[in-house]
Amino acid sequence: MNTSPPPQDARSGSSLPPAALPPRPPRSIGLPLLLLAMLVLSIASFIEVGVDWQRLLSLDALARIGRFLGELANPARDAAFLGRLGVATLETLAMSAVGTLLAAVFGLLLALPASQLPEQPASRWRTPTRWLLNGLRSIPELVWAALLLISAGLGPLAGTLALALHTTGVLGRLFAEAIENAPDGPAFALRVQGVPRGRSFLYATFPQALPQLVSYTLYRWENNIRAAAVLGVVGGGGLGQMLSFHMGLFHMPETGSILIATILLVALVDFLSLQARRLLNP
Amino acid sequence: MTTVDAHRDPAWRGRVFWTLAALALLAPALVAVEFRPWIFLEPENLRITLRFLGDFLPPAMSAEFLALVARETWRTVAIATAAMVLAMLLAVPLTLVSSSALSVSLLTGRMRPVAMAVRQAIRVLLVVLRSVPELVWALVFVRVVGLGPTAGVLAIALTYTGMLGKIYGEILESGDLHPTRSLLRIGSGRLQAFAYALLPTNSRELTSYTIYRWECAIRSSAVLGFVGAGGLGQQLDASMKMFNGGEVATILVAFVLLVALADAVSGWLRKVIG
Repeated sequence: MNTSPPPQDARSGSSLPPAALPPRPPRSIGLPLLLLAMLVLSIASFIEVGVDWQRLLSLDALARIGRFLGELANPARDAAFLGRLGVATLETLAMSAVGTLLAAVFGLLLALPASQLPEQPASRWRTPTRWLLNGLRSIPELVWAALLLISAGLGPLAGTLALALHTTGVLGRLFAEAIENAPDGPAFALRVQGVPRGRSFLYATFPQALPQLVSYTLYRWENNIRAAAVLGVVGGGGLGQMLSFHMGLFHMPETGSILIATILLVALVDFLSLQARRLLNP
Repeated sequence: MTTVDAHRDPAWRGRVFWTLAALALLAPALVAVEFRPWIFLEPENLRITLRFLGDFLPPAMSAEFLALVARETWRTVAIATAAMVLAMLLAVPLTLVSSSALSVSLLTGRMRPVAMAVRQAIRVLLVVLRSVPELVWALVFVRVVGLGPTAGVLAIALTYTGMLGKIYGEILESGDLHPTRSLLRIGSGRLQAFAYALLPTNSRELTSYTIYRWECAIRSSAVLGFVGAGGLGQQLDASMKMFNGGEVATILVAFVLLVALADAVSGWLRKVIG
């Protein structure tokens, strides 16, 4: 019994009644301006960087890339070299594991004053600790390694401590947030019973936050295995040091093997960490 | 009959066991990394460290050097931004091809074998691109295109193509697929389904992740200079090799400020857009 046709939407010419259409989203001047700013920034960046496309995409450059890849495609396989490669791989793995673990311990120690628990005034160390964590975090591992090399000399120790310093900053902040966000119910129940603060933290707040702390730590371990593989480039030991040595001397077969070992190691750690996180947070 | 201490930790056995197991696993690792932190306290090393740290004050503040640092800071941002643009230009088409959210054959059963093979091949390519750290790509490109920012841009662009491609794919496939599937079922093209259903449902998350990656790109471009790819890192490397503590201090401060600024801008942008 549709006697009067619904009024046509004059703007879009659609046959639906206007009430069936969702309201138009509000228009704001901000978003176009923002997009324009991003466009300008991108164009300015390309001008500043000055990528030489003609040279990069020329036949000559392509031939060089091809030759380079061809040389890499024939990795070194002699037993003595593979032995050294295995040692360097284990060293990189150890660097990432020890660095991450040290960072988890120190990050937790720093997260305690940096976090504020409910019904408790913030520690007066809260702000200075947060600044310290920010400082540790904003200096990349590679810069820490270059600085530590001056005191520790070449070798994996500088790399490990560099990883530990940067990761302490990252994990400290994440841990503090996780502790602050842990549900307060169980701790409250203990406090009401008269359990002192330290124990109510250890037996209620901390176990609540623990799965998250572990999964953050595993996630950083994935990052750190990548970082550990490159720290050697500035002299921090492990696969990176071998890589920069052999690449500097144009030993292409060895370089190829080292790159393959790096990729395999990174993939292995990614897989292990994923499995561990699945196990912990089903 | 022993009396049970009501306050004893009921889980102490497990705790002690796992602590000991962790220590036993850790011991060889500590040996492998030559973990001897006390070498920092040896008089010779301590002297060098203290002299270097003493040089930090006062930081180099000459107008000329500050201008240089400002220029290198801008170059660092430019390398990161250009690399992000390139990475997006590469990652978006790769995601469109590889995302199973836009598979037509999947609507009526299994994905066609050819389509499956293409999608898997692209995924493997993305895995390889992101498994090689950007610093290693930079070493490779410094060899191919010579020292300078181009190597840094290409290195970050390739690694981030791998990361963006993976995460874009995950975001697209984890969102609400109903609108997209409906459009595909009534016969729209894949690009139309993407533009009118898949993109609008996921645009916030995609934007937010891209901005976060831009922030990460700034951090890595600051570092790539160490292998000769331009930007702040290159300047830091040069100053460090000359043991010029004052210059190192200034550059480190610039570093921290840049990272803090990128952090703040990225957080603000994600709040505005997301």
